[in-house]
Amino acid sequence: MIEATWLRHTLLVLGLAYLVWSMSSLEVDWERVSKGLPRAGDIITRMFPPDFSRWELLTRGVTESLEMALAATFAGMILAVPLGLCAARNLVPMPVYLVARGIIVFMRTLHEVIVAIIFVKIFGFGPLAGVLTLIVSSITFIAKMLAEDIENMSPGQVEAIRATGAGFAKMLVYGVTPQILPRYLGVSIYRLDANIRQSTIVGIVGAGGIGQTLSASFSRYDYDFSLAILLVIIALVFIGEFFSSWARGKLR
Amino acid sequence: MLAIRELTKTYDTGTAALRNVSITIDEPQVVAIIGPSGAGKSTLIRCINRLVEPTSGSVELNGENLTALGSRDLRRARRHIGMIFQEYNLVERLTVMENILSGRLGYVSFWRAFRRNYPAADVAAAFSLLERVGLEGYENTRADALSGGQRQRVGIARALIQSPDLLLVDEPTASLDPKTSRQVMRILVELAREQKTPTLINIHDVQLAKTFANRIIGMQDGEIVFDGKPGQLTEKVLTDIYGEEDWSTEAAQASGEDAPETAAAS
Amino acid sequence: MSAPGTLKARYPQVWRKYTPGQSAIKWAWYAGVVFVAVWSVRNLDIPWFYFLDAHVQFMDLGRRMLPPDWTYTDVVLNPLLETIHIATLGTIVTFFIAFPVAFLAARNTTPNVAAWLFGKFILVSTRSINTIVWALIFVAIFGPGPVAGIWAIAFRSIGFVAKLIAEAIEEIDHGPVEAIEATGGSRLQVLLMGVLPQVLPVVYGTIVYRWDINIRESTVLGFVGAGGIGIELYSSINQFAWSQVSLMLALIMIVVVVSEFVSATVRNRIT
Repeated sequence: MIEATWLRHTLLVLGLAYLVWSMSSLEVDWERVSKGLPRAGDIITRMFPPDFSRWELLTRGVTESLEMALAATFAGMILAVPLGLCAARNLVPMPVYLVARGIIVFMRTLHEVIVAIIFVKIFGFGPLAGVLTLIVSSITFIAKMLAEDIENMSPGQVEAIRATGAGFAKMLVYGVTPQILPRYLGVSIYRLDANIRQSTIVGIVGAGGIGQTLSASFSRYDYDFSLAILLVIIALVFIGEFFSSWARGKLR
Repeated sequence: MLAIRELTKTYDTGTAALRNVSITIDEPQVVAIIGPSGAGKSTLIRCINRLVEPTSGSVELNGENLTALGSRDLRRARRHIGMIFQEYNLVERLTVMENILSGRLGYVSFWRAFRRNYPAADVAAAFSLLERVGLEGYENTRADALSGGQRQRVGIARALIQSPDLLLVDEPTASLDPKTSRQVMRILVELAREQKTPTLINIHDVQLAKTFANRIIGMQDGEIVFDGKPGQLTEKVLTDIYGEEDWSTEAAQASGEDAPETAAAS
Repeated sequence: MSAPGTLKARYPQVWRKYTPGQSAIKWAWYAGVVFVAVWSVRNLDIPWFYFLDAHVQFMDLGRRMLPPDWTYTDVVLNPLLETIHIATLGTIVTFFIAFPVAFLAARNTTPNVAAWLFGKFILVSTRSINTIVWALIFVAIFGPGPVAGIWAIAFRSIGFVAKLIAEAIEEIDHGPVEAIEATGGSRLQVLLMGVLPQVLPVVYGTIVYRWDINIRESTVLGFVGAGGIGIELYSSINQFAWSQVSLMLALIMIVVVVSEFVSATVRNRIT
């Protein structure tokens, strides 16, 4: 902890100065914000009771989200393998490693919604942009975990396989795969859960799924329908999380 | 058979692990390499099949210069060099049978290896070795379920199924208790003699070396300081290898056991 | 191995890792996974013809994006600062709300079962609604602008931070707590002097960690009008001004990488 009193005081002053500076630099329409509380009350009263009467729209959105998540997880699982192998320091030459790591770092810093909006511009509104977004983030995530697992595997087992005269491909199948397969499957199942969560939000920028329905209901001030969608999303996220931890428990 | 000439290895860190090491083995014998930790024993073994790339010098096996081979030819050469490790280095999550058959990886196609579809002769050989090392019935057990001694037996079977022209053994007993150590050494040396495979064993246990080897090489700081029969290991020689210490008991046992156990086995 | 013929006679020549039943189950799993994937893709009605010239499109996009339009930095610098402010202020708000929530949601500090359930409910509900959905809601309440963004960041983080703090509270050492109870301290005194000092390192660590996640999250708030660089990014993307887009992506990357680095360094220092 911070022991020195002067340091603590300096930090406190710096913190307050930051608060003043940041608050004053934000462009805020205080008049509009001051209406917030009554508006919040109004919105909440209009949200209740949640309106499930348009359930066909809801189920269509949910199915689309689920399909996007499943397709993207499958594609991501497969496509992450080459990238993950290339991003493992102990498997590939330095230049390949640097390029693969660079791609992973680059993709990881970009928020999924940014990726989604760019795909929407290129491929138009709809689930295609959403699936591609989820694929990209799945590849990055699984590849990163895969590379870390490969770097942490026991080198002796690989050395023994190399000593028998096996080439790179056989070394992968006998020395590497058995060591990382369980974790890879676990990470992929975890990713399915994450993809279900994300498939519900990429729609907000038009990339398909239940999020698109949600965004539309908000822009039409259909707040009772919005609440229904939100409840469904929360339920979906829960089921996904439950399934994922159950399946990963089974793997162990 | 095996000719190592002026082999030198300097690691990137600047450590000189091997300095002008030359060894010739021209009959199928069991050679024990003894010496203190850090003497370069492991590096020497790994420079022969080039798991560690030597800095200079040459290694010739049956007339072929291993140090000059390209990667494809090196893999072909490695097929004929069996290796056994201190930490067994079995693939933990694979079955005993897959571990043994992995010794044939250099001979089968990728697709057959991938599908675990090995030639009938290989499978029969694997079962016969399994029996020889005393592990009948263990073929479907996963390697991580075995004890240390059992794992090292699988390691021996994996190396021998290669039908090697040379057997490299790196501290085979360092992780085992004394009784299991002797059993493992006995199986290893018996099989090596039966198949007439020249064998290089790194071992820090002088007693085991004298019991099982026909020839002993002593290393100290990357150089060979002794090369001779087990009986010639006198107090003075052990001091040369390991440094000042009361070696009278070890040396006395050496002169008492002039006929090593291995000679009887052959 | 000297006489393969005799070996063949004595030993099995075939070895299978799996029994036929086991491999049937294995293949059924593979088939099931592939079936689900194919079924999903088919149902999505993907216009495959888009992919025919995907590589051309991709190269074209790359050419339009490079080089980034560095002169545009002047325009986006303030929105970028605003993004950082939103993340930081939102995290500060989180800090103040997450604390009481954590005390409610930790078994050993909660006053009663109803309070505990309420605490848990806040943990779960704030965490399962994404930042951008919170932003939609707060834009409806406060109107477009950074205030909505700050609240969206704060709400999403409350569950995350409070959950970790609550777990830390449940694992504290009871000695100091009992000592203060023994001197006849009030409930608040016990919390402030017995519990708080023990969980503070975890609290700081969690807050700093969440701050760097929030930096990344706050870059997209502008897409729904909740302030920050997202607004500029959205308009540039809508105008197909790709060299401006690539500039902003580069700046975002720099900010995210730097904040990750800062966060990791700070966390290493305090734990």
